[in-house]
Amino acid sequence: MNLNLDFAAILERWPAFLEGALLTLQLAFIATVLGTVIGVLGAIGRRSGYPIVTRICGIYVEAIRNTPLLVQIFLVYFGLASLGLKFSAFTVAAAALTINVGAYTTEIIRAGFDSIPRGQIEAAEGLALSRAQIYWHVVMWPAIEKVYPSLTSQFVLLMLASSVTSQISAEELTAVANYIQSDTYRAFETYILVAIVYIILSLVMRAGFWLLGLVIFPRRRRLGTPL
Amino acid sequence: MGGSLNANHLMFLGYGALWTIGLSVIGLLGGGIAGFVVALCRISPSRIVRFLSTGYVQLIQGTPLLVIMFLTYFGLPALGVTVSPLTAAGASLTIFVSAYLGEIWRGCFESVPKPQWEAAEGLALSRSQRMLKVILPQAIRIATPPTVGFMVQIIKNTSLASVVGFVELARSGQIINNSLFEPFLIYTIIAVIYFALCYPLSRFSHRLEKRGDPARIELEAA
Repeated sequence: MNLNLDFAAILERWPAFLEGALLTLQLAFIATVLGTVIGVLGAIGRRSGYPIVTRICGIYVEAIRNTPLLVQIFLVYFGLASLGLKFSAFTVAAAALTINVGAYTTEIIRAGFDSIPRGQIEAAEGLALSRAQIYWHVVMWPAIEKVYPSLTSQFVLLMLASSVTSQISAEELTAVANYIQSDTYRAFETYILVAIVYIILSLVMRAGFWLLGLVIFPRRRRLGTPL
Repeated sequence: MGGSLNANHLMFLGYGALWTIGLSVIGLLGGGIAGFVVALCRISPSRIVRFLSTGYVQLIQGTPLLVIMFLTYFGLPALGVTVSPLTAAGASLTIFVSAYLGEIWRGCFESVPKPQWEAAEGLALSRSQRMLKVILPQAIRIATPPTVGFMVQIIKNTSLASVVGFVELARSGQIINNSLFEPFLIYTIIAVIYFALCYPLSRFSHRLEKRGDPARIELEAA
């Protein structure tokens, strides 16, 4: 075995890595924001009490959670194409990741909703709050605060999973790595570096979510404890 | 275009599905054994062992499985070690699963009530006796639902073995699609097969979770 590592040859490509990392973060950001919206709507839908809505949300969650992301990406990619719609690989990647993470956030946020004690909602009803007010103040915010740690780990996992979109040639970090390794024949160094970049990205995301948590949940900041 | 979908194609998909199951079993067994060691290291009395195993888990959980696959399949040959797609996929899955299962099982070990550890220590059981006879039997019951749930993740993640050319379900779908060019139909079939593999496990895990832990219910009643 002749060990002959040359990281310098890879490191001088850092602008490409940086660009890929930024694209990965962009994908993660879009999917996180839209996925949260879908998750809240889906969780409300699952608890709405209308059998059809509950059913549809249930089917969506189970279908996504029991099939691989890779297949979902191909389905969105070729599905849109067979409808005659042409989108860039980036748009398709963002759409597929959003659909994927939406199902997981639905399930997490629903668990949060279910953990709100019945008495809290009854008390809010007793105070004559409207249904929307109850959902917003009594159910949604406390629920999200409770499940915030699992939500954020899900979003970090999503960022890592976005590497799969390299398979439809979205130009994110893994795709950049594939290109560089085929150009330099230095596969080991390239993928080690990319792994390090991913680890840094996940640390950055974790730190970001921690700060965001301090900002949007003042109670946690003041008391230092979760609900 | 190579005609329409026929029985041979379906046979080929069935064959791919068998390899998906095979690879999942490899990942579960390899990752299970390694994950058990990781879990034991994470609760080890030695600080260095704890530190190293925590580092291992953090590194693997911060890296996408896809990159681990590429690293073993393309990276190792660059160092002079040739690996077959099966070895690369199996090794990558083992590494990946060990970090996640190790972390799940550590949680299960730690959720065995503290007095159980103390009582075992008070009875002068050695560390291995304590683990084998007191902690493990209880931890296994706690660990069953999340482990079954994680098996779904393993099955889904075997689809990434397709990128190193291992012909499992997703890859056999791609191959058929290359000759038929009916992507939407073929990937729908693939998705349905994955769903058929994963959904029963999801339901089973959910049922186990709901049923709870019989031993602990008895203990609380007593």
